Amino acid sequence: MCQECGCSLTPDDVHVHHANGTMSVRPASTSIDVLHGILHQNDQAAAHNREHFRRHGVLAVNLMSSPGSGKTSLLEASIDILKGKYRIAVIEGDLETENDAERIRAKGVPAVQITTGQTCHLDAHMVHDALHALDLSAIDIVFIENVGNLVCPSAFDLGQNANVVLLAVTEGDDKPAKYPVMFRVADLVLLSKSDLLDVLDDFSPRKAEAYLRTLANPATVLQVSARRPETLAPWIAWIEEQHAGVRHSAASHSEHGHVHHHHPVA
Amino acid sequence: MHELAICQSLLSEVERGVAPYGAREVIEIVVAFGSLSGIEPQLLERAFTVARCGTIADRARLRIELIPVVVRCRACATETTVAANALLCGKCGTWRVELKSGDEILLKRIELSDIVDAAAPRGKDKPCARNADVP
Repeated sequence: MCQECGCSLTPDDVHVHHANGTMSVRPASTSIDVLHGILHQNDQAAAHNREHFRRHGVLAVNLMSSPGSGKTSLLEASIDILKGKYRIAVIEGDLETENDAERIRAKGVPAVQITTGQTCHLDAHMVHDALHALDLSAIDIVFIENVGNLVCPSAFDLGQNANVVLLAVTEGDDKPAKYPVMFRVADLVLLSKSDLLDVLDDFSPRKAEAYLRTLANPATVLQVSARRPETLAPWIAWIEEQHAGVRHSAASHSEHGHVHHHHPVA
Repeated sequence: MHELAICQSLLSEVERGVAPYGAREVIEIVVAFGSLSGIEPQLLERAFTVARCGTIADRARLRIELIPVVVRCRACATETTVAANALLCGKCGTWRVELKSGDEILLKRIELSDIVDAAAPRGKDKPCARNADVP
């Protein structure tokens, strides 16, 4: 309110109003300063998911890449190696079809398919709904296979422990420079279909890594081929290391007697 | 094209922000983001004209402020404004830098009309202003 005459003008209007000696020269308005994250509700849901994972000592890995760079094939081959030692579940994000979830179920592990329709990414609420279809107390590792897309999924925190971004060697090695938002948030980059490097002379793993560093990202870069399981050893070792870290922090947390009660996200 | 989802989140934050102020029209919404947020300003503007329909902000202007991408060198502490895909120290050239700004997606300010009109049609009863603005 104006201090001089009690009219309802905002401070911005006051000097105009009093200089002209007339009533408001533009409609009176109120400014509300917010300075608030637009994705606040998603971030809250993501924090809630993260708490679910932490409490159960579950490692949650968010797999992202362009369509067709081999996320599902990598999961199939990785499950073959991991399932004797770890209890695995997969959340599959696709615009349409249950195909990927069926491929995973054929490996004998539970899979929840999220079909997003026209939505080009998973968000934390979708993942939260999917978590209700899984018994986290009977799971060690959840892989979340995001919608194939190098742009949109990077904006939405899902509550994951780590982002793994695949870059197939059939794509350009400059993808990190073209999609900096995605590659900057990668905790691990997998150069997939690496068995094709022998016949593709235009993809340089060294250049791909250099472009990644240009995003100030120190993430490890590994070459993997789902067709050659022996190439997966460093990737499997990375998963085991991440899982041990999650288990360690869950154990040290429970020593402090913390109990988290589940409240559904509004 | 996740700008529509961003707009829906934005409008939901706006509705929460203005709730204590009663039946008033939102005149302007100011958002701020950096190019490492993954948002395209033009797509956001287009999406906004669709998403605002039938909301408390269905005649509101969207003002976009861009936040520069700034990195701080871990070695020499120099701060440099950089392109989104070249996060390098401007002085010593290293990539060992931390991001100071440029990945934010913020609702900054809401401008509300002081004219309280409780009888005005709201929400779904209100005609949509979308067609007037889209070429």
